[in-house]
Order: sequence, then structure tokens, then C-alpha cells
Amino acid sequence: MSLGPYTSFIVTSYTLVAAVVLILIVWIALDYRGQKERLRELEAGGIARRSGRGAAGF
Amino acid sequence: MTLIDLANPTRFLSLTARVLPWLAGATAILLAIGLYQSAMAPDDYQQGATVKIMFIHVPNAWLSMFVWGVMSIAALGTLVWRHPLADVAAKAAAPIGAAFTFLALVTGSLWGRPMWGTYWEWDARLTSVLVLFLMYLGLIALWRAVEDPSRAARAAAVLTLVGAINIPIIKFSVDWWNTLHQGASVLRIGGPTMDRAFLIPLLVMAVAFSLLFITLHLAAMRNEILRRRVRSLQMLQARAFSSESLPRTGSGVGTGSREGNASKQQSGAA
Repeated sequence: MSLGPYTSFIVTSYTLVAAVVLILIVWIALDYRGQKERLRELEAGGIARRSGRGAAGF
Repeated sequence: MTLIDLANPTRFLSLTARVLPWLAGATAILLAIGLYQSAMAPDDYQQGATVKIMFIHVPNAWLSMFVWGVMSIAALGTLVWRHPLADVAAKAAAPIGAAFTFLALVTGSLWGRPMWGTYWEWDARLTSVLVLFLMYLGLIALWRAVEDPSRAARAAAVLTLVGAINIPIIKFSVDWWNTLHQGASVLRIGGPTMDRAFLIPLLVMAVAFSLLFITLHLAAMRNEILRRRVRSLQMLQARAFSSESLPRTGSGVGTGSREGNASKQQSGAA
């Protein structure tokens, strides 16, 4: 497959999209791990959510 | 499961836990098919191989507007129906929308240089998409700047609805003004003008990127719900600490009754 004289433009475009999508995936995965860890620490420290709160409660 | 059932964040979390692996798998498969078809697509008679940039530029451009549309519906959910997950949905979508808009701008620029002879032109389509990108950044900044989540939610919802005016401007800018950017060739009255050899890979990539957005959005919403749980637990913890420390700092003498109250509060919170 030959991309002709504009190979650099095409390859840069695809590389950039792959990089940004990868950064998004890694960022979301790390954020999930961080939030789970903080929740675990707080609950281990004896702080827990009130049971029986309304359905809208976080 | 109805929309009202999903108003319960706990139910939403269990749903995302079940759905996310399937969505991620479907996204990966469709992206692989789309990328293969894009690589195998013939060169355009005018643009040559640079037409391959279209297969990633157009899905990102569509999603940049679609994500704002999703955020606008969520903004209505915040202001009108006060749905508890509406602000979570909008806040989680903003960085993903900003990333797609950034990619649409940069890939468009990289496509424009060989085709138009310039990376950038202040024409209506390019400028209105740049405005959309700046609005995404402004919204993200707003959510970070306002500490009270309910005030931030209302302000962000109003800004999102005001910003929605830009979406039809972006879509019809190529019809209303004389721009360097080409007119619509897929979503137009009379059907697509594009050959099937380009149209099919483009549609596969568009569906794949849409699935990617749905997957990332659900995962980011799950994170936002957990973040709000962490925040409410930290507030409970701070309240418990302040109730414990107040008698000591206030009078210099710890009283059994106040400590008793603090422990009661903590056990009540648990």
C-alpha cells in the first residue's frame, strides 16, 4: 500500500488519533482505580454511606 | 429497565459493570474492521491517498457535535427534570467531546495542508468548530471552578444550552457562507454523493467511533459517580472530625457528652 507524496500527513493524522484515544482510555482507567482506592480507604476508616437514603443519593 | 430505574446511581453502576466489557469488545472489533477497510479503500482521483484522512476526520467531526447534543439533553435533564445522573452525564461527556473536537481540528488541518495549501483558514466552518472546542474547555473550567456541585451543574447546564446554538451554525456554515471547506456529502437531502468504496468504510468508522464514545462515556460516568461518593464520604469524615475536635479547641477540655455525640454521628453516617 503506497500513500504517495503525502504519507507524513496521513501517518501523523492516524498516529495522533490513536494517541489521543489511548490517553483517554488510560486516563479513565486510572481515574477509576484512584476513585475505588479512595472509597476503600474511607470505608476502611469507618466512614460509610448512610443506608436507606433516597434513590437519588450518591 | 426504565430511565427512572437508572436514576439510582447504584443500579446505574451495576448496569455499566455488565455492559462495558461487551461495548469495549464491540468497539475494538468495529474499529479493526473500519481501519482495515480504510487501508484497503482506493485512492481518490483528485485527492490521492490523502482521502484516507477522511475516515478519521469525519467521525471525529460528527462526534464533536453529537457529544454537545448529548450534553444539551443532559442539561435539560438537570434544569427541567432534575435527573440525578443528568449532570454526571454532561460532566463526563465534556472532556471526551473536547478530545474529539481537537482531533477533528488537527486532522482537518493535516488534510487541508496538502489539499488547500494551508493548515488553517478563518472560514465559517473551521472557526465555528474552533469556537466549539473553546466552549468545551470553558465548560470543563466552569465545573472545576465552582465548588458547590449543584451550583456548578446549573451554571454548566445554562452554558451548554446557550452553546447549542453553535451546532446548527457548524452544520450549515458551508451552506450559509462561502467557505474553503467542502459542503455536506453524506448527511444531505438527496442522499450521499460519495462512492460506496469510500462511503462504507466511513460509515463503519463512524459507528465504531460512536461506540467508542458510548463506552468511554459510560466509564467516565461511573468514575464521576464514584468521585461524588468519595466527596460525600469526605464531608461526613470532616464533619465527624470537627465534632470531635470542637470541644477540645473551644474550651480546652474534652467532654464526654460531645465525644459521645460525635461517635453517634459517625455511627449514624455508617
